[in-house]
Amino acid sequence: MAILSLQGVSKSFGALRVTDDVSFALEPGEALGIIGPNGAGKSTLFNLITGNLRPDQGRVMLDGRDITDETPMQRCASGIGRSFQIPQPFGNLSVYENLLVAARFGGGLAATEAPAHCMDILRRTGLARHADRKAGGLPLLDRKRLELARAMATRPRVILLDEIAGGLTDAECVELVATIRAIHAEGTAIIWIEHVLHALTSVVSRLMVLNFGRMLMIGAPDAVMAAPEVREIYLGIEA
Amino acid sequence: MMRKILLPLILLIAVALLAALPVIGSRALVQDLFMVLCLLVLALNWNLLAGFAGLVSVGQQAFVGIGAYAMFACVILWGMDPLTGLLVGGLVAMALSVPVAFFAFRLHGAYFAIGTWAVAEIARLSLGQWKALGGGTGTSLPKGAAQEMWGAETVRALIGGSKAAAVDALTYWLALALVVVMLIASFAFLRSRMGLGLQAVRDNPVAARSVGVDPTRLKALVFLLTAFGTGICGGLLFIQIGRISPDAAFSLLDWTAFVIFIVVIGGIGTLPGPVIGVLVFYALERLLADYGTVYLIVLGLIGIAIMLFARRGLWGSFIQQTGFDPLPLSHAAPRAGSAN
Repeated sequence: MAILSLQGVSKSFGALRVTDDVSFALEPGEALGIIGPNGAGKSTLFNLITGNLRPDQGRVMLDGRDITDETPMQRCASGIGRSFQIPQPFGNLSVYENLLVAARFGGGLAATEAPAHCMDILRRTGLARHADRKAGGLPLLDRKRLELARAMATRPRVILLDEIAGGLTDAECVELVATIRAIHAEGTAIIWIEHVLHALTSVVSRLMVLNFGRMLMIGAPDAVMAAPEVREIYLGIEA
Repeated sequence: MMRKILLPLILLIAVALLAALPVIGSRALVQDLFMVLCLLVLALNWNLLAGFAGLVSVGQQAFVGIGAYAMFACVILWGMDPLTGLLVGGLVAMALSVPVAFFAFRLHGAYFAIGTWAVAEIARLSLGQWKALGGGTGTSLPKGAAQEMWGAETVRALIGGSKAAAVDALTYWLALALVVVMLIASFAFLRSRMGLGLQAVRDNPVAARSVGVDPTRLKALVFLLTAFGTGICGGLLFIQIGRISPDAAFSLLDWTAFVIFIVVIGGIGTLPGPVIGVLVFYALERLLADYGTVYLIVLGLIGIAIMLFARRGLWGSFIQQTGFDPLPLSHAAPRAGSAN
Protein backbone atom coordinates (compact mmCIF):
# COMPACT_ATOMS: atom_id res chain seq x y z
CA MET A 1 0.00 0.00 0.00
CA ALA A 2 1.14 3.54 -0.74
CA ILE A 3 2.41 5.41 2.31
CA LEU A 4 1.16 8.75 1.02
CA SER A 5 -1.29 9.47 -1.74
CA LEU A 6 -3.08 12.48 -3.18
CA GLN A 7 -6.40 12.02 -4.92
CA GLY A 8 -7.59 14.79 -7.21
CA VAL A 9 -6.24 17.58 -5.01
CA SER A 10 -7.00 21.14 -6.14
CA LYS A 11 -6.38 24.51 -4.54
CA SER A 12 -7.14 28.04 -5.75
CA PHE A 13 -6.10 31.41 -4.42
CA GLY A 14 -8.88 33.61 -5.74
CA ALA A 15 -9.08 33.03 -9.49
CA LEU A 16 -5.60 31.50 -9.61
CA ARG A 17 -5.61 27.71 -9.60
CA VAL A 18 -2.27 26.88 -7.96
CA THR A 19 -2.89 23.15 -7.65
CA ASP A 20 -5.03 21.55 -10.31
CA ASP A 21 -6.31 18.01 -9.87
CA VAL A 22 -3.06 16.43 -8.71
CA SER A 23 -3.06 12.69 -7.97
CA PHE A 24 -0.12 10.45 -7.20
CA ALA A 25 0.95 7.73 -4.78
CA LEU A 26 4.23 7.42 -2.94
CA GLU A 27 5.41 3.92 -2.02
CA PRO A 28 7.05 3.30 1.36
CA GLY A 29 10.74 4.14 1.18
CA GLU A 30 10.43 5.69 -2.28
CA ALA A 31 12.22 8.89 -3.28
CA LEU A 32 10.21 11.18 -5.55
CA GLY A 33 11.54 14.38 -7.09
CA ILE A 34 9.39 17.35 -8.07
CA ILE A 35 10.51 19.92 -10.62
CA GLY A 36 8.78 22.74 -12.39
CA PRO A 37 9.18 26.43 -13.20
CA ASN A 38 8.79 29.09 -10.51
CA GLY A 39 5.16 29.52 -9.55
CA ALA A 40 4.23 26.02 -10.73
CA GLY A 41 2.71 25.29 -7.31
CA LYS A 42 5.44 23.08 -5.88
CA SER A 43 5.58 24.59 -2.41
CA THR A 44 1.78 24.85 -2.36
CA LEU A 45 1.64 21.10 -2.96
CA PHE A 46 3.85 20.61 0.11
CA ASN A 47 1.61 22.87 2.17
CA LEU A 48 -1.37 20.78 1.12
CA ILE A 49 0.41 17.59 2.17
CA THR A 50 1.54 18.98 5.55
CA GLY A 51 -1.81 20.60 6.33
CA ASN A 52 -0.64 24.22 6.28
CA LEU A 53 -3.21 24.62 3.52
CA ARG A 54 -6.52 22.83 3.03
CA PRO A 55 -7.40 21.62 -0.47
CA ASP A 56 -10.59 22.93 -2.09
CA GLN A 57 -11.13 19.49 -3.59
CA GLY A 58 -9.58 16.06 -3.26
CA ARG A 59 -8.19 13.97 -0.44
CA VAL A 60 -4.78 13.45 1.14
CA MET A 61 -4.19 9.93 2.47
CA LEU A 62 -1.47 8.60 4.79
CA ASP A 63 -1.24 4.79 5.09
CA GLY A 64 -4.62 4.63 3.38
CA ARG A 65 -6.14 6.85 6.07
CA ASP A 66 -7.80 10.14 5.09
CA ILE A 67 -5.84 12.97 6.76
CA THR A 68 -7.36 15.85 4.76
CA ASP A 69 -9.00 17.31 7.88
CA GLU A 70 -6.01 16.87 10.19
CA THR A 71 -3.85 19.73 11.48
CA PRO A 72 -0.12 20.06 10.67
CA MET A 73 0.61 18.96 14.26
CA GLN A 74 -1.34 15.72 13.86
CA ARG A 75 0.22 14.99 10.48
CA CYS A 76 3.68 15.58 11.90
CA ALA A 77 2.97 13.17 14.74
CA SER A 78 1.72 10.62 12.17
CA GLY A 79 5.06 10.75 10.39
CA ILE A 80 5.19 13.62 7.89
CA GLY A 81 8.26 15.81 8.34
CA ARG A 82 9.16 18.86 6.29
CA SER A 83 11.84 21.44 5.64
CA PHE A 84 10.98 24.96 4.54
CA GLN A 85 12.27 26.56 1.35
CA ILE A 86 13.17 29.69 3.30
CA PRO A 87 14.74 28.40 6.54
CA GLN A 88 12.46 28.94 9.52
CA PRO A 89 14.65 28.32 12.56
CA PHE A 90 13.55 29.00 16.13
CA GLY A 91 16.02 31.87 16.26
CA ASN A 92 16.31 32.37 20.02
CA LEU A 93 16.67 28.67 20.74
CA SER A 94 19.96 26.82 20.34
CA VAL A 95 20.49 24.47 17.41
CA TYR A 96 20.17 21.54 19.80
CA GLU A 97 16.93 22.93 21.24
CA ASN A 98 15.52 23.34 17.73
CA LEU A 99 15.83 19.58 17.36
CA LEU A 100 14.73 18.88 20.91
CA VAL A 101 11.36 20.58 20.33
CA ALA A 102 10.86 18.52 17.18
CA ALA A 103 11.87 15.26 18.92
CA ARG A 104 9.72 15.85 22.03
CA PHE A 105 6.60 16.98 20.16
CA GLY A 106 6.46 15.61 16.61
CA GLY A 107 8.80 12.71 17.35
CA GLY A 108 6.93 11.79 20.52
CA LEU A 109 10.17 10.94 22.33
CA ALA A 110 10.47 10.99 26.12
CA ALA A 111 12.83 13.35 27.94
CA THR A 112 15.27 10.48 28.43
CA GLU A 113 15.37 9.39 24.78
CA ALA A 114 15.28 12.71 22.95
CA PRO A 115 18.80 14.09 23.74
CA ALA A 116 20.67 11.11 22.26
CA HIS A 117 18.38 11.09 19.22
CA CYS A 118 19.02 14.81 18.62
CA MET A 119 22.77 14.55 19.07
CA ASP A 120 22.88 11.63 16.64
CA ILE A 121 21.12 13.73 13.98
CA LEU A 122 23.32 16.76 14.70
CA ARG A 123 26.42 14.64 14.09
CA ARG A 124 25.01 13.17 10.89
CA THR A 125 24.10 16.59 9.51
CA GLY A 126 27.42 18.15 10.51
CA LEU A 127 25.85 20.52 13.05
CA ALA A 128 27.21 19.01 16.26
CA ARG A 129 29.82 21.71 16.75
CA HIS A 130 27.07 24.35 16.65
CA ALA A 131 24.80 22.47 19.07
CA ASP A 132 24.71 25.18 21.74
CA ARG A 133 24.76 28.11 19.35
CA LYS A 134 21.66 30.22 18.81
CA ALA A 135 19.97 29.13 15.59
CA GLY A 136 19.24 32.73 14.57
CA GLY A 137 22.96 33.42 14.04
CA LEU A 138 23.72 30.52 11.68
CA PRO A 139 25.01 31.08 8.12
CA LEU A 140 22.90 29.89 5.17
CA LEU A 141 24.36 26.40 4.74
CA ASP A 142 23.91 25.61 8.41
CA ARG A 143 20.37 26.97 8.33
CA LYS A 144 19.60 24.60 5.47
CA ARG A 145 21.19 21.75 7.41
CA LEU A 146 19.12 22.73 10.42
CA GLU A 147 15.93 22.55 8.35
CA LEU A 148 16.84 19.00 7.37
CA ALA A 149 18.02 18.04 10.87
CA ARG A 150 14.89 19.41 12.55
CA ALA A 151 12.65 17.57 10.11
CA MET A 152 14.60 14.37 10.82
CA ALA A 153 14.20 14.89 14.57
CA THR A 154 10.42 14.46 14.23
CA ARG A 155 11.15 10.85 13.17
CA PRO A 156 9.26 11.09 9.87
CA ARG A 157 8.35 8.17 7.62
CA VAL A 158 7.88 10.66 4.78
CA ILE A 159 10.16 13.67 4.64
CA LEU A 160 9.38 16.65 2.39
CA LEU A 161 12.41 18.67 1.30
CA ASP A 162 11.80 22.06 -0.28
CA GLU A 163 14.74 23.34 -2.34
CA ILE A 164 17.21 22.32 0.30
CA ALA A 165 20.19 22.42 -2.09
CA GLY A 166 19.42 25.85 -3.53
CA GLY A 167 22.14 28.44 -3.00
CA LEU A 168 24.81 25.97 -1.92
CA THR A 169 28.26 25.52 -3.46
CA ASP A 170 29.02 22.27 -5.29
CA ALA A 171 31.03 20.89 -2.38
CA GLU A 172 28.27 21.73 0.09
CA CYS A 173 25.75 20.18 -2.25
CA VAL A 174 27.67 16.90 -2.43
CA GLU A 175 27.73 16.74 1.36
CA LEU A 176 23.99 17.40 1.58
CA VAL A 177 23.18 14.77 -1.05
CA ALA A 178 25.20 12.21 0.91
CA THR A 179 23.13 12.97 4.03
CA ILE A 180 19.87 12.71 2.12
CA ARG A 181 20.93 9.41 0.55
CA ALA A 182 21.69 8.09 4.03
CA ILE A 183 18.22 9.07 5.25
CA HIS A 184 16.73 7.37 2.23
CA ALA A 185 18.82 4.24 2.78
CA GLU A 186 17.22 3.91 6.23
CA GLY A 187 13.84 3.51 4.60
CA THR A 188 12.44 7.02 4.94
CA ALA A 189 10.32 8.01 1.97
CA ILE A 190 11.32 11.33 0.42
CA ILE A 191 9.61 13.94 -1.70
CA TRP A 192 12.12 16.50 -2.84
CA ILE A 193 11.46 19.77 -4.68
CA GLU A 194 14.69 20.96 -6.29
CA HIS A 195 16.07 23.10 -9.08
CA VAL A 196 19.55 21.59 -8.78
CA LEU A 197 18.79 18.69 -11.11
CA HIS A 198 21.97 16.64 -10.79
CA ALA A 199 21.56 16.58 -7.00
CA LEU A 200 17.94 15.54 -7.36
CA THR A 201 18.45 12.80 -9.95
CA SER A 202 21.28 11.25 -7.93
CA VAL A 203 18.73 10.38 -5.23
CA VAL A 204 15.23 10.03 -6.67
CA SER A 205 13.86 7.10 -8.64
CA ARG A 206 10.84 8.96 -9.97
CA LEU A 207 10.37 12.51 -11.14
CA MET A 208 7.22 14.63 -11.29
CA VAL A 209 6.92 17.77 -13.39
CA LEU A 210 4.48 20.46 -12.30
CA ASN A 211 3.40 23.33 -14.53
CA PHE A 212 0.66 25.87 -13.72
CA GLY A 213 -0.46 23.63 -10.86
CA ARG A 214 -0.99 20.62 -13.11
CA MET A 215 0.98 17.42 -13.07
CA LEU A 216 2.52 17.39 -16.52
CA MET A 217 4.34 14.11 -16.22
CA ILE A 218 5.55 11.56 -13.69
CA GLY A 219 7.96 8.69 -14.27
CA ALA A 220 11.58 7.58 -14.45
CA PRO A 221 13.90 10.63 -14.36
CA ASP A 222 15.60 9.88 -17.69
CA ALA A 223 12.34 9.40 -19.52
CA VAL A 224 10.82 12.51 -17.99
CA MET A 225 13.81 14.70 -18.78
CA ALA A 226 13.89 13.42 -22.33
CA ALA A 227 10.22 14.16 -22.99
CA PRO A 228 9.77 17.02 -25.48
CA GLU A 229 7.04 18.80 -23.51
CA VAL A 230 9.20 18.82 -20.40
CA ARG A 231 12.21 20.18 -22.25
CA GLU A 232 10.06 22.88 -23.76
CA ILE A 233 8.20 24.00 -20.65
CA TYR A 234 10.66 23.41 -17.90
CA LEU A 235 13.98 24.01 -19.56
CA GLY A 236 12.80 26.41 -22.25
CA ILE A 237 14.60 24.33 -24.90
CA GLU A 238 13.04 23.69 -28.28
CA ALA A 239 12.20 20.04 -28.74
CA MET B 1 29.54 24.15 39.83
CA MET B 2 29.86 27.19 42.07
CA ARG B 3 26.89 28.88 40.42
CA LYS B 4 24.60 25.98 41.07
CA ILE B 5 25.02 26.33 44.85
CA LEU B 6 25.43 30.09 45.05
CA LEU B 7 22.21 31.18 43.42
CA PRO B 8 19.80 29.00 45.41
CA LEU B 9 21.71 30.07 48.52
CA ILE B 10 21.23 33.77 47.78
CA LEU B 11 17.55 33.19 47.02
CA LEU B 12 17.15 31.16 50.20
CA ILE B 13 18.71 33.93 52.30
CA ALA B 14 16.52 36.54 50.64
CA VAL B 15 13.39 34.49 51.30
CA ALA B 16 14.47 33.83 54.90
CA LEU B 17 15.04 37.55 55.50
CA LEU B 18 11.69 38.42 53.97
CA ALA B 19 10.02 35.70 56.03
CA ALA B 20 11.50 37.13 59.25
CA LEU B 21 10.16 40.62 58.50
CA PRO B 22 6.88 40.42 60.48
CA VAL B 23 8.93 39.52 63.55
CA ILE B 24 11.63 42.14 63.17
CA GLY B 25 10.04 44.87 61.04
CA SER B 26 7.28 47.44 61.58
CA ARG B 27 3.68 46.72 60.69
CA ALA B 28 3.67 49.51 58.09
CA LEU B 29 6.60 47.88 56.33
CA VAL B 30 4.86 44.49 56.40
CA GLN B 31 1.77 46.05 54.78
CA ASP B 32 3.93 47.80 52.19
CA LEU B 33 5.82 44.68 51.27
CA PHE B 34 2.62 42.65 51.20
CA MET B 35 1.47 44.87 48.36
CA VAL B 36 4.87 44.57 46.64
CA LEU B 37 4.79 40.76 46.86
CA CYS B 38 1.25 40.64 45.49
CA LEU B 39 2.24 42.88 42.59
CA LEU B 40 5.15 40.52 41.99
CA VAL B 41 2.78 37.54 41.83
CA LEU B 42 0.64 39.40 39.31
CA ALA B 43 3.76 40.41 37.36
CA LEU B 44 5.09 36.84 37.25
CA ASN B 45 1.73 35.72 35.88
CA TRP B 46 1.52 38.51 33.33
CA ASN B 47 5.07 37.85 32.22
CA LEU B 48 4.25 34.20 31.53
CA LEU B 49 1.22 35.32 29.59
CA ALA B 50 2.67 38.17 27.54
CA GLY B 51 6.40 37.44 27.62
CA PHE B 52 6.28 33.72 26.94
CA ALA B 53 2.87 32.89 25.46
CA GLY B 54 2.65 36.14 23.46
CA LEU B 55 -0.78 36.88 24.95
CA VAL B 56 -0.65 40.60 25.71
CA SER B 57 -3.69 40.91 27.94
CA VAL B 58 -4.73 44.22 29.46
CA GLY B 59 -7.66 42.56 31.18
CA GLN B 60 -5.97 40.56 33.94
CA GLN B 61 -7.81 42.73 36.49
CA ALA B 62 -10.83 40.64 35.52
CA PHE B 63 -9.28 37.65 37.27
CA VAL B 64 -8.09 39.70 40.26
CA GLY B 65 -11.64 41.01 40.69
CA ILE B 66 -13.31 37.65 40.13
CA GLY B 67 -10.97 35.98 42.63
CA ALA B 68 -11.63 38.71 45.17
CA TYR B 69 -15.41 38.66 44.70
CA ALA B 70 -15.51 34.86 44.87
CA MET B 71 -13.58 35.00 48.15
CA PHE B 72 -15.97 37.65 49.53
CA ALA B 73 -18.98 35.59 48.45
CA CYS B 74 -17.58 32.51 50.18
CA VAL B 75 -17.05 34.41 53.44
CA ILE B 76 -20.15 36.62 53.49
CA LEU B 77 -22.77 34.42 51.84
CA TRP B 78 -21.65 30.95 52.84
CA GLY B 79 -19.66 31.63 56.02
CA MET B 80 -16.53 29.90 54.75
CA ASP B 81 -12.99 30.53 55.95
CA PRO B 82 -11.27 33.29 53.92
CA LEU B 83 -8.44 30.91 53.09
CA THR B 84 -10.85 28.40 51.56
CA GLY B 85 -12.41 31.37 49.78
CA LEU B 86 -9.01 32.14 48.31
CA LEU B 87 -8.76 28.73 46.67
CA VAL B 88 -12.33 29.01 45.44
CA GLY B 89 -11.40 32.43 44.03
CA GLY B 90 -8.56 30.92 42.04
CA LEU B 91 -10.76 28.12 40.74
CA VAL B 92 -13.61 30.46 39.78
CA ALA B 93 -11.12 32.72 37.94
CA MET B 94 -9.77 29.69 36.08
CA ALA B 95 -13.31 28.53 35.24
CA LEU B 96 -14.12 31.99 33.90
CA SER B 97 -10.95 31.99 31.80
CA VAL B 98 -12.32 29.10 29.70
CA PRO B 99 -15.15 31.08 28.04
CA VAL B 100 -12.92 34.17 27.92
CA ALA B 101 -10.26 32.19 26.04
CA PHE B 102 -12.93 30.79 23.75
CA PHE B 103 -13.76 34.30 22.54
CA ALA B 104 -10.48 36.17 23.03
CA PHE B 105 -8.37 33.55 21.21
CA ARG B 106 -10.17 34.45 18.00
CA LEU B 107 -8.49 37.84 18.29
CA HIS B 108 -4.81 38.58 17.77
CA GLY B 109 -2.34 41.26 18.85
CA ALA B 110 -3.95 44.58 19.68
CA TYR B 111 -7.44 43.13 19.19
CA PHE B 112 -6.73 40.48 21.79
CA ALA B 113 -5.61 43.19 24.22
CA ILE B 114 -8.77 45.23 23.66
CA GLY B 115 -10.90 42.09 23.88
CA THR B 116 -9.52 41.13 27.28
CA TRP B 117 -9.98 44.68 28.51
CA ALA B 118 -13.63 44.62 27.39
CA VAL B 119 -14.13 41.34 29.26
CA ALA B 120 -12.75 42.92 32.43
CA GLU B 121 -15.13 45.88 32.05
CA ILE B 122 -18.07 43.52 31.57
CA ALA B 123 -17.05 41.64 34.71
CA ARG B 124 -16.74 44.90 36.68
CA LEU B 125 -20.16 46.15 35.58
CA SER B 126 -21.79 42.76 36.16
CA LEU B 127 -20.49 42.34 39.70
CA GLY B 128 -21.62 45.91 40.44
CA GLN B 129 -25.12 44.46 40.09
CA TRP B 130 -24.58 41.89 42.84
CA LYS B 131 -26.64 43.47 45.63
CA ALA B 132 -25.71 40.85 48.24
CA LEU B 133 -22.10 42.02 47.93
CA GLY B 134 -22.92 45.74 48.07
CA GLY B 135 -23.61 46.42 44.38
CA GLY B 136 -21.74 49.36 42.94
CA THR B 137 -20.57 50.74 46.29
CA GLY B 138 -19.12 47.49 47.55
CA THR B 139 -18.93 45.97 51.01
CA SER B 140 -16.53 44.97 53.79
CA LEU B 141 -15.53 41.60 55.18
CA PRO B 142 -17.61 40.84 58.32
CA LYS B 143 -16.01 42.05 61.53
CA GLY B 144 -13.51 39.50 62.70
CA ALA B 145 -13.72 37.24 59.63
CA ALA B 146 -10.09 37.86 58.73
CA GLN B 147 -8.94 37.82 62.36
CA GLU B 148 -10.57 34.45 62.96
CA MET B 149 -9.32 32.88 59.79
CA TRP B 150 -7.37 29.66 59.84
CA GLY B 151 -3.86 30.20 61.19
CA ALA B 152 -4.37 33.71 62.55
CA GLU B 153 -4.35 32.55 66.18
CA THR B 154 -1.20 30.51 65.69
CA VAL B 155 0.52 33.49 64.09
CA ARG B 156 -0.53 35.72 66.94
CA ALA B 157 0.83 33.25 69.49
CA LEU B 158 4.05 33.17 67.48
CA ILE B 159 4.77 36.86 67.03
CA GLY B 160 2.51 38.50 69.63
CA GLY B 161 0.90 41.89 69.03
CA SER B 162 -2.66 42.73 68.02
CA LYS B 163 -5.09 40.55 66.11
CA ALA B 164 -4.88 42.93 63.16
CA ALA B 165 -1.09 42.65 63.10
CA ALA B 166 -1.40 38.87 63.06
CA VAL B 167 -3.67 39.10 60.00
CA ASP B 168 -1.11 41.33 58.31
CA ALA B 169 1.67 38.88 59.08
CA LEU B 170 -0.34 35.89 57.89
CA THR B 171 -1.39 37.47 54.59
CA TYR B 172 2.19 38.67 54.11
CA TRP B 173 3.53 35.15 54.55
CA LEU B 174 0.94 33.79 52.20
CA ALA B 175 1.98 36.38 49.59
CA LEU B 176 5.62 35.41 50.09
CA ALA B 177 4.73 31.73 49.72
CA LEU B 178 2.78 32.55 46.55
CA VAL B 179 5.83 34.34 45.09
CA VAL B 180 8.11 31.40 45.87
CA VAL B 181 5.64 28.88 44.45
CA MET B 182 5.11 31.02 41.34
CA LEU B 183 8.86 31.38 40.75
CA ILE B 184 9.59 27.68 41.15
CA ALA B 185 6.53 26.65 39.13
CA SER B 186 7.36 29.10 36.31
CA PHE B 187 10.94 27.89 36.16
CA ALA B 188 9.87 24.24 36.11
CA PHE B 189 7.18 24.94 33.51
CA LEU B 190 9.47 26.90 31.19
CA ARG B 191 12.16 24.22 31.39
CA SER B 192 9.62 21.48 30.66
CA ARG B 193 8.56 20.09 27.29
CA MET B 194 5.65 22.52 27.20
CA GLY B 195 7.87 25.49 28.04
CA LEU B 196 10.22 24.54 25.23
CA GLY B 197 7.28 24.30 22.85
CA LEU B 198 6.08 27.70 24.02
CA GLN B 199 9.47 29.27 23.26
CA ALA B 200 9.43 27.64 19.82
CA VAL B 201 5.99 29.12 19.15
CA ARG B 202 7.24 32.54 20.29
CA ASP B 203 10.06 32.35 17.74
CA ASN B 204 8.15 30.90 14.78
CA PRO B 205 4.55 29.66 15.04
CA VAL B 206 4.43 28.17 11.53
CA ALA B 207 7.58 26.11 12.02
CA ALA B 208 6.37 25.12 15.50
CA ARG B 209 3.20 23.62 14.03
CA SER B 210 5.22 21.72 11.47
CA VAL B 211 7.27 19.99 14.18
CA GLY B 212 4.15 18.97 16.08
CA VAL B 213 3.69 21.85 18.56
CA ASP B 214 0.08 23.00 18.98
CA PRO B 215 0.33 26.77 19.67
CA THR B 216 -3.32 27.26 20.64
CA ARG B 217 -3.25 24.44 23.14
CA LEU B 218 -0.12 25.73 24.86
CA LYS B 219 -1.41 29.30 24.96
CA ALA B 220 -4.76 28.17 26.35
CA LEU B 221 -2.96 26.22 29.06
CA VAL B 222 -0.92 29.28 30.08
CA PHE B 223 -4.05 31.46 29.99
CA LEU B 224 -5.85 29.04 32.33
CA LEU B 225 -2.97 28.63 34.76
CA THR B 226 -2.25 32.35 34.99
CA ALA B 227 -5.95 33.04 35.56
CA PHE B 228 -5.74 30.69 38.54
CA GLY B 229 -2.63 32.40 39.94
CA THR B 230 -4.07 35.85 39.33
CA GLY B 231 -7.41 34.88 40.93
CA ILE B 232 -5.77 33.56 44.10
CA CYS B 233 -3.67 36.70 44.32
CA GLY B 234 -6.85 38.79 43.95
CA GLY B 235 -8.48 36.95 46.84
CA LEU B 236 -5.41 37.40 49.03
CA LEU B 237 -5.17 41.11 48.25
CA PHE B 238 -8.73 41.70 49.37
CA ILE B 239 -8.47 39.62 52.54
CA GLN B 240 -5.82 42.10 53.59
CA ILE B 241 -7.59 45.19 52.24
CA GLY B 242 -10.82 43.99 53.90
CA ARG B 243 -13.14 46.02 51.71
CA ILE B 244 -14.23 45.40 48.16
CA SER B 245 -15.91 47.47 45.44
CA PRO B 246 -16.11 46.86 41.70
CA ASP B 247 -13.85 49.82 40.96
CA ALA B 248 -11.14 48.69 43.37
CA ALA B 249 -11.32 44.98 42.52
CA PHE B 250 -11.30 45.54 38.76
CA SER B 251 -8.84 48.45 38.74
CA LEU B 252 -7.02 48.56 35.41
CA LEU B 253 -4.37 50.86 36.87
CA ASP B 254 -3.57 48.87 40.03
CA TRP B 255 -3.75 45.30 38.79
CA THR B 256 -2.68 45.58 35.15
CA ALA B 257 -1.05 48.92 34.24
CA PHE B 258 1.40 48.85 37.17
CA VAL B 259 2.01 45.18 36.52
CA ILE B 260 2.83 45.79 32.85
CA PHE B 261 5.17 48.60 33.91
CA ILE B 262 6.94 46.25 36.33
CA VAL B 263 7.41 43.53 33.74
CA VAL B 264 8.48 45.90 30.95
CA ILE B 265 11.13 47.76 32.95
CA GLY B 266 12.39 44.54 34.58
CA GLY B 267 12.61 42.58 31.34
CA ILE B 268 9.70 40.93 29.59
CA GLY B 269 10.20 37.28 28.69
CA THR B 270 12.85 36.70 31.36
CA LEU B 271 12.16 35.01 34.65
CA PRO B 272 14.06 37.40 36.98
CA GLY B 273 12.70 40.42 35.07
CA PRO B 274 9.56 40.91 37.19
CA VAL B 275 11.59 40.62 40.40
CA ILE B 276 13.92 43.43 39.29
CA GLY B 277 10.95 45.41 38.01
CA VAL B 278 9.05 45.24 41.28
CA LEU B 279 12.12 46.44 43.20
CA VAL B 280 12.44 49.47 40.91
CA PHE B 281 8.73 50.08 41.15
CA TYR B 282 8.79 50.01 44.94
CA ALA B 283 11.83 52.31 45.10
CA LEU B 284 10.15 54.83 42.78
CA GLU B 285 6.95 54.65 44.77
CA ARG B 286 8.83 55.49 47.98
CA LEU B 287 10.82 58.28 46.36
CA LEU B 288 7.87 59.92 44.65
CA ALA B 289 5.21 59.22 47.28
CA ASP B 290 4.85 62.92 48.14
CA TYR B 291 4.34 64.18 44.62
CA GLY B 292 0.84 62.85 43.80
CA THR B 293 0.08 62.54 40.13
CA VAL B 294 3.65 63.48 39.15
CA TYR B 295 4.46 59.96 40.33
CA LEU B 296 2.33 58.42 37.56
CA ILE B 297 3.79 60.77 34.95
CA VAL B 298 7.32 59.79 35.94
CA LEU B 299 6.41 56.08 35.85
CA GLY B 300 4.98 56.54 32.38
CA LEU B 301 8.07 58.38 31.14
CA ILE B 302 10.39 55.72 32.50
CA GLY B 303 8.29 53.04 30.87
CA ILE B 304 8.49 54.83 27.51
CA ALA B 305 12.24 55.38 27.87
CA ILE B 306 12.83 51.68 28.59
CA MET B 307 10.70 50.66 25.61
CA LEU B 308 12.67 53.01 23.34
CA PHE B 309 16.22 52.50 24.57
CA ALA B 310 16.36 49.15 26.37
CA ARG B 311 13.62 47.05 24.86
CA ARG B 312 14.61 43.96 26.80
CA GLY B 313 14.21 45.80 30.10
CA LEU B 314 16.83 46.07 32.83
CA TRP B 315 17.44 42.37 33.28
CA GLY B 316 17.28 41.58 29.56
CA SER B 317 19.81 44.33 28.80
CA PHE B 318 22.04 43.10 31.61
CA ILE B 319 22.11 39.57 30.16
CA GLN B 320 22.75 40.96 26.70
CA GLN B 321 25.65 43.12 27.86
CA THR B 322 27.35 40.64 30.17
CA GLY B 323 26.29 37.29 28.72
CA PHE B 324 25.76 36.17 32.31
CA ASP B 325 22.44 34.43 32.89
CA PRO B 326 22.16 32.78 36.31
CA LEU B 327 18.71 31.37 35.58
CA PRO B 328 19.01 29.94 32.07
CA LEU B 329 15.87 28.43 30.60
CA SER B 330 17.86 26.77 27.84
CA HIS B 331 18.72 23.10 27.48
CA ALA B 332 22.42 22.48 26.95
CA ALA B 333 23.36 19.76 24.48
CA PRO B 334 24.61 16.56 26.12
CA ARG B 335 28.35 16.81 26.80
CA ALA B 336 29.46 13.53 25.28
CA GLY B 337 28.11 14.55 21.90
CA SER B 338 29.65 18.02 21.80
CA ALA B 339 32.95 16.86 20.34
CA ASN B 340 32.87 17.06 16.59
